Amino acid sequence: MQTDTLSGAFAAPPVDAAHAFRAVMRVMARPGTIEAVTGATPPAPLSVAAGTVLLTLCDPETPVYLAGDADCAAVRDWITFHTGAPLVGRSEAMFAIGRWEALLPRDDYARGTPEYPDRSATLIVEMERLEASGARLIGPGIADEAALSLPEVAAFQANARAFPLGLDFLFTCGDRLAALPRSTRVEAV
Amino acid sequence: MSDYNFAYLDEQTKRMIRRAILKALAIPGYQVPFASREMPMPYGWGTGGVQVSAACLTPGDTFKVIDQGADDTTNAISIRKFFEKTAGIATTEETAQASLIQTRHRIPEAALSEDQILVYQVPIPEPLRFLEPSEVETRKMHSLEEYGLMHVKLYEDISQHGAIATAYAYPVKVEGRYVMDPSPIPKFDNPKLSMAAIQLFGAGREQRIYALPPHTRVVSLDFEDHPFEPSKADHDCDLCGASDSYLDEVIVDDAGGRMFVCSDTDYCRSRRAANHVGAQGAPYEDARA
Amino acid sequence: MYVAVKGGERAIDNAHAWLAEERRGDRAVAELSVAQIREQLSLAVNRVMAEGSLYDPDLAALAIKQARGDLIEAIFLIRAYRTTLPRFGVSHPVKTSAMRCDRRISATFKDAPGGQVLGPTFDYTHRLLDFKLAAEGEVAEAPEAAPQPGQTPHIMGYLNREGLIKEEVPDEATPPDLTREPMELPATRALRLQALTRGDEGFILSLAYSTQRGYARNHAFVGELRIGAVAVEIDIPELGFTIEFGEVVLTECETVNQFKGSKTELPQFTRGYGLVFGQTERKAIAMALVDRALRWKELGEEDQGAPAQDEEFVLMHADNIQATGFLEHIKLPHYVDFQSELELVRKLRREAEGCAGQEVAE
Repeated sequence: MQTDTLSGAFAAPPVDAAHAFRAVMRVMARPGTIEAVTGATPPAPLSVAAGTVLLTLCDPETPVYLAGDADCAAVRDWITFHTGAPLVGRSEAMFAIGRWEALLPRDDYARGTPEYPDRSATLIVEMERLEASGARLIGPGIADEAALSLPEVAAFQANARAFPLGLDFLFTCGDRLAALPRSTRVEAV
Repeated sequence: MSDYNFAYLDEQTKRMIRRAILKALAIPGYQVPFASREMPMPYGWGTGGVQVSAACLTPGDTFKVIDQGADDTTNAISIRKFFEKTAGIATTEETAQASLIQTRHRIPEAALSEDQILVYQVPIPEPLRFLEPSEVETRKMHSLEEYGLMHVKLYEDISQHGAIATAYAYPVKVEGRYVMDPSPIPKFDNPKLSMAAIQLFGAGREQRIYALPPHTRVVSLDFEDHPFEPSKADHDCDLCGASDSYLDEVIVDDAGGRMFVCSDTDYCRSRRAANHVGAQGAPYEDARA
Repeated sequence: MYVAVKGGERAIDNAHAWLAEERRGDRAVAELSVAQIREQLSLAVNRVMAEGSLYDPDLAALAIKQARGDLIEAIFLIRAYRTTLPRFGVSHPVKTSAMRCDRRISATFKDAPGGQVLGPTFDYTHRLLDFKLAAEGEVAEAPEAAPQPGQTPHIMGYLNREGLIKEEVPDEATPPDLTREPMELPATRALRLQALTRGDEGFILSLAYSTQRGYARNHAFVGELRIGAVAVEIDIPELGFTIEFGEVVLTECETVNQFKGSKTELPQFTRGYGLVFGQTERKAIAMALVDRALRWKELGEEDQGAPAQDEEFVLMHADNIQATGFLEHIKLPHYVDFQSELELVRKLRREAEGCAGQEVAE
């Protein structure tokens, strides 16, 4: 086990996790807004924001899927050591993390059942850039309309059409974080 | 109490509640099951709201608790003291100063801002429960968007009484999909449910969390020929003269004399501080003396 | 002029101070120790441990003292404390076949290996108030016998050999934990048993009684009731072996119930099961009857619409901490809701009177 595995956790877990959760909640409640989150210093290639989200939300009760280059020994060891989350395949995952292309196809993840639509995966999408521009967003949490630099449009439109079933997305880039819940309707600009 | 973790709950419990809150925000109006913990206050006394608040609070927060709109009701005091002790956070009675407000049965009169969070204590989260006692059945009804029973009930009221005989916990439809119980707020408060703040609903005994993100479309159920009507006592506040606030009726003497006062104690106080005086009110400085 | 009443905070503090004084009672009377409660009110302690889901006689006794003898309040104290405890591990299932029995009886056989052992039971006491106890009389020591060697076999095992009783297939899956996951319906039997064992004794007793009186009657006999200590074992992965880290006293009841058979099965007996912390035999027997009543679906029986057959009704209302909290919360102020109802009733009356007036005018 590398020394990197043991480091990079929250300095003051209850307080750091509380601040990080509030940021995650704000972006999930207001699709398109971007917030900074810090506290974790995960091994490459994970971003600070993705690492912070994992430490805030994951534990032995949340199976995690690592996609593409996120599925490396350093990341696996770090997540296992700090969260105890079991690493699993796509269909069992409550959280999945990686770049958009590596996470696809969307259909492999749990999207809830008609009686329990909450039993669905949350995808943490690592982004090259994250800006409040691009696709137009409409729906709960948005006063008029918002914009976000989504990796594509069609997949998110299809996801929203299945409401109340569907996936929810967090987008991470460096220490920045944004979200797109299934309730948001997406239009290409 | 200093032996307990920040805001009482252990971190694993908070994570479980936080995950439920995020799913609740993603599916507005849908009741997310969560493994409610046994709290050191009784079920029915705000354990759901307390758990949601505990999962949301940060040390920098300013916390306000109201019950029936008032900061000085005994259970509001008790919950405020609990978080002063276990989270060491600042508390306030001023609505505008609070970053997180826990409430039972009221929405504050003053409009809340984008930066605020309103946490409701919920006794029975299921709006269909009084029509269908079985959880297995009501869950099916929500999944099929089968809300005919609710409309039949409301329409029976109209045919029998000439009006919908529900005065509080008046059901709403969220974004055209889920029928939701807004908790036992008076229907006067229903129009405020579409607001800028994040609204979280916690039902501890019934193990459910649900949410309304800011600016969510929330419509009180009604009929074209019987539109929804928010209502309040047909008076002004006798202390501050407000004509737009929800009023409590207080019996003031043995002869059954009445007066009407704002249920939102901070709203009334701030109006009196700004020199509004109602029919039976004293100027603000006198009342404080 | 009207000034709203303030001072709720002081009122709460004063109420707590008064409560503490009332709890202590007359200071001229010696204070009860926790050890006295643990030793001399042990059945109350057992009930608090069972419904509090925490095996700790000292803490249960402390809770009873703090709660002034209100057992539901004591159970509440234990539950709230239990929630804050970290989990260090999960024990193996206890082996009740290896129980050191203080009491072991069967109603279905006159005698069986291991014998009928009455143990410390109220059963054949004449319920006459013993005024000697008021005079703090010392108790003579009970006669002792040598412990029976070896294990006491389960009586159900003998029926099993003949295939006369429905085989229960062991399930190796980890059962869900009622205290860590939201209740999901329909429930598995493991989840139902968890809810029953910590359910309110009075509620479970009344439901069981209702089955005896014909609301889903299932003709139960006590096949076996045993009370005694069992070892609790846990694996220590770091050491690679299992250790015994303590023992708990349990009451186990297996009932034998008639079953007429179905299209696919021959007539045979079935069983209900009760297992409860401590010496709590009323609860264990009641639990076994309700467990059996709830099994109607898996056994292909008819739904008689009886309360004890309605899983959701039983499981959602068995917990006295949930029930008492919600019941008592109606003491809290509800004046805002009441105000809205007042206005509605006044409005409906005005409209009704208006209509009546019109009809008269017409």
